[in-house]
Amino acid sequence: MALLEANGITKRFGGVVALDNASFSCEAGKITALIGENGAGKSTMIKVICGVHRPDSGDIIFKGQHIHPNNPADAVRLGIVSVFQELSLVPDMTVAQNIWLVNPIRNRIGLIDFKAQAAKTAALLDSLGFSGIDPDALVSELPLADRQLVEIAHAVHRDPDLLILDEGTSALASKEVTIVFDLLRKLRDQGKAIVFISHRMGEIEELCDITSVFRNGKDVRSFATGSLSDDEIVQLMIGHKMEQYFPEKPVRAKAPEPVLEVKNISWEHALHDVSVDVGKGEIVGLAGLEGQGQGDLLFALFGVYAGVSGEVRVDGRKVNISSPAKATRPDIGLAMIPADRKVEGLILPMSVGRNMTMAILKRISRMSVISRLLERAAVDKMMARLAVRAPSADIPVQSLSGGNQQKVSLAKWLLTDAKIYLLYDPTRGIDVGTKQEIYRLMRELADEGSAILFFSTDLDEIVGMCDRTLVMYEGRIVRELVGDEITETNLVAAALNLGEIGNNREVAEA
Amino acid sequence: MTDVSNPKPKKKFSIMRYYRPLIAYAALILLLIIYRSLSPIVFRLPVLTAMFNQGMALAITSIAQTMVILTAGIDLSIGSIVTLSNCVAVTNMQPGVAPTLGVVVLVLLVGSLAGAINGFLVAFGRLPPIIVTLATASIFNGIALYVLPNPGGFVPEWYTNALTGRVFGVIPTALILLIVLFVFVWTPLKRSPLGQAIYAVGSSEASARMSGVNVRRTKLLTYTFAGTLCALAALFLTAQTASGDATQGGVYTLNSIAATVIGGTSFSGGVGGAAGTIAGAYVFAIIPNVLFAARVSPFMKELLQGAVLVVTISLGAARVFRVKNRLDIMK
Repeated sequence: MALLEANGITKRFGGVVALDNASFSCEAGKITALIGENGAGKSTMIKVICGVHRPDSGDIIFKGQHIHPNNPADAVRLGIVSVFQELSLVPDMTVAQNIWLVNPIRNRIGLIDFKAQAAKTAALLDSLGFSGIDPDALVSELPLADRQLVEIAHAVHRDPDLLILDEGTSALASKEVTIVFDLLRKLRDQGKAIVFISHRMGEIEELCDITSVFRNGKDVRSFATGSLSDDEIVQLMIGHKMEQYFPEKPVRAKAPEPVLEVKNISWEHALHDVSVDVGKGEIVGLAGLEGQGQGDLLFALFGVYAGVSGEVRVDGRKVNISSPAKATRPDIGLAMIPADRKVEGLILPMSVGRNMTMAILKRISRMSVISRLLERAAVDKMMARLAVRAPSADIPVQSLSGGNQQKVSLAKWLLTDAKIYLLYDPTRGIDVGTKQEIYRLMRELADEGSAILFFSTDLDEIVGMCDRTLVMYEGRIVRELVGDEITETNLVAAALNLGEIGNNREVAEA
Repeated sequence: MTDVSNPKPKKKFSIMRYYRPLIAYAALILLLIIYRSLSPIVFRLPVLTAMFNQGMALAITSIAQTMVILTAGIDLSIGSIVTLSNCVAVTNMQPGVAPTLGVVVLVLLVGSLAGAINGFLVAFGRLPPIIVTLATASIFNGIALYVLPNPGGFVPEWYTNALTGRVFGVIPTALILLIVLFVFVWTPLKRSPLGQAIYAVGSSEASARMSGVNVRRTKLLTYTFAGTLCALAALFLTAQTASGDATQGGVYTLNSIAATVIGGTSFSGGVGGAAGTIAGAYVFAIIPNVLFAARVSPFMKELLQGAVLVVTISLGAARVFRVKNRLDIMK
């Protein structure tokens, strides 16, 4: 019998129907995957189940009882805990304070015992296998991946019967994912029900027992994981047959002329003597474990960091990029798509159109006044080119789905006519359909002569997209893989800095 | 299974977390050294007592303001609640001890009620704190004028002596009150679920709500308690001035914001606390004395207070120069 059953749930936001008579169920002792494109209603379903949204109609039955949680706290009391896509940790508090925020440990006279909280948090993190995290560190000081681990610890700590992870592993590198998966399997074997939402198909196949597919606010089909092929699943998700997932890579006779040349860049303790060339029309990947300096390299190139040493050349000319404003000037022509589009990429309450033209205001102005005509032309061009799914360019960016927000973020930089694109995990947390559109766009840009430096935490993407890949480890480039050498095995081996692949192979054969 | 999630070593403790309040204390010490060099009698008991008394009302109102600012709010009615409480106090006080204590309780209730009105409008009316408290400031002031149209009223002499004097002739009562307030009110509050909720709501209201914190209740209680503290400040002010005046509380609104900021509390909420604020309040309160000792015209007072405000918050922001990642500056 199902532990939780949500039957015939409908939820509207204004005129948008997010859930349309959709049903979902999950069992104790099973890990259930919930997949679908962004906007398919997965997150809304989860939020209805854990009391963030109240459904317009439909019933939720949990442990045989009808429940009507009014807020997340209600759901937690019932035994439903979720790790949301939007992180729910308080940034200016420590890890321990966050974990014990609602149910603090008190000492004899009733005051919160911060030391005991920290000690118990350390024990908790250790028991979950997340031992690198300091319980006394402020959450705002932690890297994104660690925050996500803390978020998971926070949820597990509440001892739920139903644990929901909504994109709960999107910032994690493969080794951390393994730890989290071991943990989830352990919880499953203890008889907990787990719901897992992810855009990484490989993760779902590895972890989940049952897969439920959502499309356009409805549940489409549930099946035992592994009983359908990837192609069939993707078809269920997008509703039509899909062609090749990644665009064709070009075949080159010789290396292209370099557009961006980076020589011996160092910064603080994060980058050591990093040299990279990116050629015209080339997509160069940056791979490795999370936090090995890939992001720092992009930020350093974009002029975000102060005190970077080394040499950068664009089109053979030596340049000194001291700020993002300078990086984006036409004679340098850099563009950066950051990981956290909500914080660094977009101004959420502003309209789609205004966000798109943010970086080209000078160009579309006449005598210091923004020309509505030029603005409209630029925005219309981008809305069409990127197929942004929005009723109009005048609505606030925050009302779009994650994938479409990322498209707006991309549009902003496409409009600058940049020559060099720095992409920082541009497809994190967005749906398969939009991902594919972004892949196609990346290849298009490259074919038009742009140079692309591409960091991703998703190995499939690196394998599928890159002409060349540099693997980083502790702030250094430890390996360069070209063409067919870019395989998942080689990438993982290099990321762990296991030494030459040759040696590795010998070990495997031995 | 070590070093998996985080290969870099972590700093366990960093003094930088306390950088901003430390600047407030450094400023206070510097000011006292200057004061001492100008006027050798500064550290004598009567002068010291007077100094503590002078800063007391500002220190208490600033703690109130700090609590509200920690929730990422602001209270522009603090001066008006002080005024109202002061007027209620002087119109009801009588020579006897018992009736006066009754008035003390009454005044604390009046202040709490005023704060609760703010809290209710902010938490349940979902109105911006700056507008709510701007409006209620006028209302509370209006009521104060109605209660006491002309300056005056009655304050028993023993009441003044008890609060502004010294215990056992040695320790200024104000100092004891301040310590009691910090040790037995602020510290337990900070180490209570409500205190943690105040910080959480200010740091990220959405995260706090998602974590199961009752955001509305937290805001309601914060503004209410701020009102209570304002009444407490007014009770002290009443003893100090031995009279009531429907105009004398107004300065505390803006000065409490200044003291909070000098004390290192983040204006965007979630970071800071009363320890820094107390130093900030005394920095602000002592400036006129130092100017007097330096024979500078009293007209320079506001100019210099403003200058101190700018300098301390600039020093507070000086860590920006060490930040190598320019995106961190805005955090």
